[in-house]
Amino acid sequence: MKILKKIVSSSMFSPLLALFLILLFNLVIQPNFLSVEIRDGRLVGNLIAILNRSVPVMLLAIGMTLVIATGGTDLSVGSVLAVASAVSISLIRGGDVNPTADTAMPLIWVVLITMLVGIALGLWNGFLVAKIGMPPVVATLILMVAGRGLTQNITRERSLTTGHLPFGEIANGFTWGIPNQCWIALAVFLLFWYFSRRTAFGLFVESVGANRSAANHAGIRAAVIIVVVYALSGLCASIAGILSASNVRVIEPMNTGQNMELDAIVAVVLGGTSMRGGKFNLGGSCIGAIILMALTQTMYFYGVPVEFALSIKAVVIVIVVIVQSPVTHKFIRREASAQ
Amino acid sequence: MKLKWKLLLVFVVVLVLCTASFAADRRIVVGFAQIGSESDWRVGSTNSVRQACADAGFELIFVDANQMQENQLSALRDFITRGVDYIGFSPVVMTGWDQIMMEIKDAGIPVIMLDRNIDMPNHTDYYATWIGSNFVEEGEKSALWLLDYLGIHGRWGEEINIVELQGTVGSSPAIDRKTGFENIIKDHPNLKITQSQTGDFTTELGKTVMESFLRRAQSDGVKIDVLYAHNDGMAIGAIQAIKEAGLVPGKDIIIIGVDAVKLAFEAILAGEMNVTVECSPLLGPQFVQAIKDIEAGETLDKITFSIEHVYDETLSKLMPHRYLSAEEHYPSRVY
Repeated sequence: MKILKKIVSSSMFSPLLALFLILLFNLVIQPNFLSVEIRDGRLVGNLIAILNRSVPVMLLAIGMTLVIATGGTDLSVGSVLAVASAVSISLIRGGDVNPTADTAMPLIWVVLITMLVGIALGLWNGFLVAKIGMPPVVATLILMVAGRGLTQNITRERSLTTGHLPFGEIANGFTWGIPNQCWIALAVFLLFWYFSRRTAFGLFVESVGANRSAANHAGIRAAVIIVVVYALSGLCASIAGILSASNVRVIEPMNTGQNMELDAIVAVVLGGTSMRGGKFNLGGSCIGAIILMALTQTMYFYGVPVEFALSIKAVVIVIVVIVQSPVTHKFIRREASAQ
Repeated sequence: MKLKWKLLLVFVVVLVLCTASFAADRRIVVGFAQIGSESDWRVGSTNSVRQACADAGFELIFVDANQMQENQLSALRDFITRGVDYIGFSPVVMTGWDQIMMEIKDAGIPVIMLDRNIDMPNHTDYYATWIGSNFVEEGEKSALWLLDYLGIHGRWGEEINIVELQGTVGSSPAIDRKTGFENIIKDHPNLKITQSQTGDFTTELGKTVMESFLRRAQSDGVKIDVLYAHNDGMAIGAIQAIKEAGLVPGKDIIIIGVDAVKLAFEAILAGEMNVTVECSPLLGPQFVQAIKDIEAGETLDKITFSIEHVYDETLSKLMPHRYLSAEEHYPSRVY
């Protein structure tokens, strides 16, 4: 009984339950939805696709979780993703010459420079929020709009493509039968998890989110923590941008990353992190991103007409959020103790 | 003091971003209220209008509304106060223009609608002409090309499974291209649309959705014969998904795209895509011609369709009067 109680009260329980229910629904309606097979030494199937395609939103959500934990939001991640895509593709093209030619710049440099650009954009957000004292929504909204403009400047307002094969392999390749994207997401998650749970950093983030002035009085330099989390969010967005560019080998300045900040925020909320700041749940956010993609792939698989798909998705999300809200939990606990 | 310097820094950055230029000269002044620069297509349209106006020696006041109706409304109002001679207008949405269109009419400024239209009572009274693409016809052309292609390859009457990548939900090109395509194939019961989903006109979603089409088809044990994508971007994403699934795009699956952007021509020349139906953004010359006609005192037709072709590398060899060669026209593509 005690173990059961512990499982139910775990912060991972409700996001996992929601994901389980979506997969169960599929299992009942169409048993082969969940079948995974091995083709040419690679795992293929809906489950793998859900995991693989949820990676960009998952990365954004990991960065977003820390930002939200400090009581902020980062609306610019979609635009930062687009900037990063544009930067990486222009670098790999080596200017604007020949899209299929091997770049003069080694791949590792392209990746590192793009990540630095992401960090720089994140630092700008952090600077506006922590030092200037702008409300996070306003501060990041500036970059959300300006980032699109920057992307258009980098790409000269047109779609850029690349035929560089190793660059395409970053997102499309497989390692030990699993898509590379999944390994990258796992690595980023483990890094973030380690630094936020095995060092004092996570504690600082939570205390800044719970009460900034109390944290300041306790000797935590809240401004520094805030700048760091926005920079980390920019870093995550830039990694997602590289993956997105590598996936389709094209950057569409106005489409790439469009509305993804909203998906990332929904993923964080689905994962059980409160928008008010304080406690956060990195694993939950990842599950949240997987839930979103599982819903989308389910709609695709059953050919739900386009007109209904978005509404159904909205309804399911509302249900999941209600199920795991603290109010519902309190209600269930009261009912349970009354019996 | 420190805060002041930081604020100053922010102001300087903002100021640098907001540079504006004004030209003063007494020529024909054209105000153009563009939607934004959301796609290569839109940018192509903007550049075409800019170029054509420059060539004709018109002064162009161009406003990019960044997808916001408010911005377009204030741009139009600004055109009235400035007293421009002509207004070019691509409305971001169809409704909500009643008041401003009446004001423009009262000011006596002729309006030329470009590529999109407005919805209000007696709307044709409020503009001189509308120039744009016939999206329904683009859908029909796609289906007619497919029928010709199947006929040439001796697959007439064969069961053909089509999957469709739709554009943005509710947008007029998505609705009309679907309608046009269905208008033609409904008379051919052997042609069936087996799966249809939105790819939101983006390459990335085009790829993701095509992957799921392929998995579904495999789990049902059916073959996908044709992909009909409402734009080239989604078709290009889908081509990657098809390749990664171990199939040959253009051979195992016939691929039809719309827009005729440069990337599609490259895909056709590489043999990975079969056809693209043009939806030309190069409306500038027709726009300028309309202004010249009004200057000359002519009354224009309320609808002027842009001239659009179908490009491929198979049927254009056999029916050059109906289809144009992608290879021949590739070098002259500008968008």
